[in-house]
Amino acid sequence: MLNGGKIIAAIKASGVEYVLSVPDIVTSSGLLAPIAQNKDLRLIRVCKEDECIGIASGLSYSDTRALILIQHTGFLDSINAIRGIAVEYRQPICMMIGLLQHDPELAPRASPSYGVRIVEPILDDMGIAHHLIGADMDVGKIGPEIDGAYRESRPVAFLIGRSPL
Amino acid sequence: MMKRAECFQVLARHIKDEAVVATYSSAFEWDAIKPRALNYLSIGAMGLDSSHGLGLALGRPDKRVIVLQGDGSLLMNLGSLVTIAAVAPKNLVHLVAHNGTYEANGSHPLPDPKVDFAGMARAAGYAAVYDFADLEIFTQQIAYLLEQAGPVFATLRVEPSGPLTYDYRRIYDPAKRRAFKAAWQERG
Repeated sequence: MLNGGKIIAAIKASGVEYVLSVPDIVTSSGLLAPIAQNKDLRLIRVCKEDECIGIASGLSYSDTRALILIQHTGFLDSINAIRGIAVEYRQPICMMIGLLQHDPELAPRASPSYGVRIVEPILDDMGIAHHLIGADMDVGKIGPEIDGAYRESRPVAFLIGRSPL
Repeated sequence: MMKRAECFQVLARHIKDEAVVATYSSAFEWDAIKPRALNYLSIGAMGLDSSHGLGLALGRPDKRVIVLQGDGSLLMNLGSLVTIAAVAPKNLVHLVAHNGTYEANGSHPLPDPKVDFAGMARAAGYAAVYDFADLEIFTQQIAYLLEQAGPVFATLRVEPSGPLTYDYRRIYDPAKRRAFKAAWQERG
């Protein structure tokens, strides 16, 4: 069980003002749709996922917090932006990544989807902290990790392994 | 046809406390003409200059942001025209130096050097769009352009520059990013 309302509450409690997103079917109804209706969060719909990395970086210079909500395919498409901005420039880039076509009963590295299987190894190679959010008990990681990303100016990734309800 | 450096010299006369996002060839020319803490020179991936500019503009709606993007760079992030127009930050000015080449990568031509950036910005929904090929007209109109409610877009039709020295370590120095942040957070 993964409750989307609890995730959104954790995002808001962490001081995030902007959610930057390209729609992802894993998080579409449980996160993106309610976020679009939430008056405390400003949703910016972008055309391509790497735009989110630049926008979040620009926002960070005024200490304005943002969360990037994308699909793992968009994460893979944005690797060069993440490499340059999040890793080499050490910017606080916070990503919530839906794992498309993943079996939530399996670890991402054991996923039937090749694209999902390579996500964690890529994050490890890039030195980016990541956390699997697969059940309600994982939601408590979100706030402290967003705080840590902004305090230490570093990226963090949350992997959404099942569709939030 | 204009020269990019001449356009930047004209622009520099109107700069106050704006953030100026300048990258690649534009960064080296702009930072030489107008060195200042509020020059934002590190984008980390070609094409994202306009997206950084949008983030800066949203974070400080009380200040203006000027993006000096190259034509090859914008081609890598054309979707940002639609995103920026939809968000519609009133404090964003987006200038594109159109010389028809990937100048920082060996001056090879764009897939189509005749591409109409102003037309695309207009179609995307920018609040005001300009297309300059004459330095005298640019000089006459730049003050008004900078004061308009954005997002404002302008193509600057310029000649390819002569050889530039690309000292990326200098403009990507982490100290420059720290200095920018301190200056960008100043109030009053």
